[in-house]
Amino acid sequence: MPGKFNPTKLLQAFQNRTPLGFKQLKHDRLRLLTAIAGITFADVLIFMQLGFSDALYKTNTQFPRQIQTDLVVLSSEAENFGRLRTFSRRRLYQALDVQGVDHADALYIATKEWKNPQTREKKSMLLIGQNPARPAFTLPEVNENLEKIKLPNHVLFDRAARGEYQEAIAQVDAGELVTTEVGLQTVSVVGLFEVGASFASDGAIITSDQNFLRLFPRKEAGVVSMGLIQLEAGADAEQVRANLSTHLADDVQVFTHEEYVDFEVDDIKSDSPIGFVFGLGSVMGFIVGVVIVYQVLSTDVNSHLAEYATFKAMGYRNSYLLGVVFEEALILSLLGFFPSLLVALGAYQLTARATALAISMPASRALIVFMLTLLMCNVSGAIATRRLQSADPADIF
Amino acid sequence: MKTSTAISTAIRVQHLDHFFGSGRLRKQALFDINLEIQAGEIVIMTGPSGSGKTTLLTLIGGLRSAQSGSLNVVGHEITDASESELVLARRDNGYIFQAHNLHQSLSAVENVQMGLEVQGNMTKAERYKIATEMLEKVGLGDHTTYYPADLSGGQKQRVAIARALVSQPKIVLADEPTAALDKQSGRDVVEIMHDLAKQQGCTILLVTHDNRILDIADRIVYMEDGRLAAQPEFAEAG
Repeated sequence: MPGKFNPTKLLQAFQNRTPLGFKQLKHDRLRLLTAIAGITFADVLIFMQLGFSDALYKTNTQFPRQIQTDLVVLSSEAENFGRLRTFSRRRLYQALDVQGVDHADALYIATKEWKNPQTREKKSMLLIGQNPARPAFTLPEVNENLEKIKLPNHVLFDRAARGEYQEAIAQVDAGELVTTEVGLQTVSVVGLFEVGASFASDGAIITSDQNFLRLFPRKEAGVVSMGLIQLEAGADAEQVRANLSTHLADDVQVFTHEEYVDFEVDDIKSDSPIGFVFGLGSVMGFIVGVVIVYQVLSTDVNSHLAEYATFKAMGYRNSYLLGVVFEEALILSLLGFFPSLLVALGAYQLTARATALAISMPASRALIVFMLTLLMCNVSGAIATRRLQSADPADIF
Repeated sequence: MKTSTAISTAIRVQHLDHFFGSGRLRKQALFDINLEIQAGEIVIMTGPSGSGKTTLLTLIGGLRSAQSGSLNVVGHEITDASESELVLARRDNGYIFQAHNLHQSLSAVENVQMGLEVQGNMTKAERYKIATEMLEKVGLGDHTTYYPADLSGGQKQRVAIARALVSQPKIVLADEPTAALDKQSGRDVVEIMHDLAKQQGCTILLVTHDNRILDIADRIVYMEDGRLAAQPEFAEAG
């Protein structure tokens, strides 16, 4: 009925009405089960796609998140942590002129093949060279072992790297010497840390800047991948960042740490096709859901057409019958969503175990998928109600 | 209920024409219909198939809008009425169809309650009470929780009568209510309809081919080729 919106009246009206949609669904159990299975399937599909894409963002920004710094200096051509490009170390010395900057360290990052110490297979690894005098990452296991990596060709290895490393890791844990090759040189794995694999790399090796340059004989100390700037106590990060941006030549860009993490995430979201693929996957899941629910609801409307026409003849408005279809849509979305949440949680665990991807279920995602389910069922309901128009009361006599 | 206004004429049809289709396919279905039915009268309309009986019934019932002439049903003017006005007009009528058209997912008592819910002026508990009483009146007091699939044809039609009459409509419109029933159940159904209508003082317009029930009528009108005939010829009916 038109008129002013009155929540109490609406609630009374709701309590007073016969739950026709619920009764219709309950009456045909097989149809109900089909609908629930369809929605659950579509939701699990969406959950998996969102889970993968989120894992992609997280695992590919694991190192950026773990950097221990106030400001980050990058080449203005930098794309992401795996493709940072390089800039001159002079920019870091120039940064020291700006008020509020305490010190600036260089980080050297490159990809190189190494031999798996356990299987002797060649694998691509991310190599990171840091100043061993100061912690560069918030990784306690790395920071405790900074003395060790000062020794020539001594490196730390990611225990969560993808691949068969269990025996080698056990040996390192037991304190045994594990040696392997990086390029043409022999290195000793003297410690472990935990970050995890990403889509871009199977794992990472952290060592000192001197060792890094030893492993890459053609690289120069004066050409760096990233600058880590620590501020003096009490300095305003945003202010110093702005000053640095104007002070330094425009072959570099300066971020606060948070901005830098966003920069990495944005890069994956926009530039990499993977973000698009998972987005498309989610849309496909959504469409599958719409099609299944539409099929169920329109069959339901069809088989009740004569009954609906009777209701119209009795004086029920079209809006009442629309309400019945949307009531069914709402019930279906509730009954379909919760099983899908359980299935998705199980599937996440399986995936996490099988791929070492950091895949988890934040409450926000459950909420988003629930909203999508509501939308999915209501879109289907809206299409299905077009058939209601053909319930003409004049035809039933 | 506006019983105080005491309308002595329940249905007044004057110079009513009705057409189906448009352009070259436009075909006239009703020709200059004039009919007055007094409140409380039971009128049976009979005539061959395709004579326009059902069309007239759907017009009187507000299931379609009348095009020309005048059609007044218990105070509702149906000629050129909007969809919304038609909906309101329908709520004053009770319908009984050849097929019972009960909702398969609702029990007998829930189906009857749907006839009250449309009025929008009763709580669930009140509706349940009145619907149960109504089912007792049609002799189905011990079948209230049965679903249509578990009822016989006659029982279903009795539920449909209960649904049509439960809101105490001023007019009951019935289209071949006995066509799908055997002799005994048909007779029972019509008698229940007759008795309840007399109790509630409501008007009945009943379309039928069934000679066995003509005796319940106060008056019989005959329709042929879209015209109301003065002299019904029963000889050929049946």
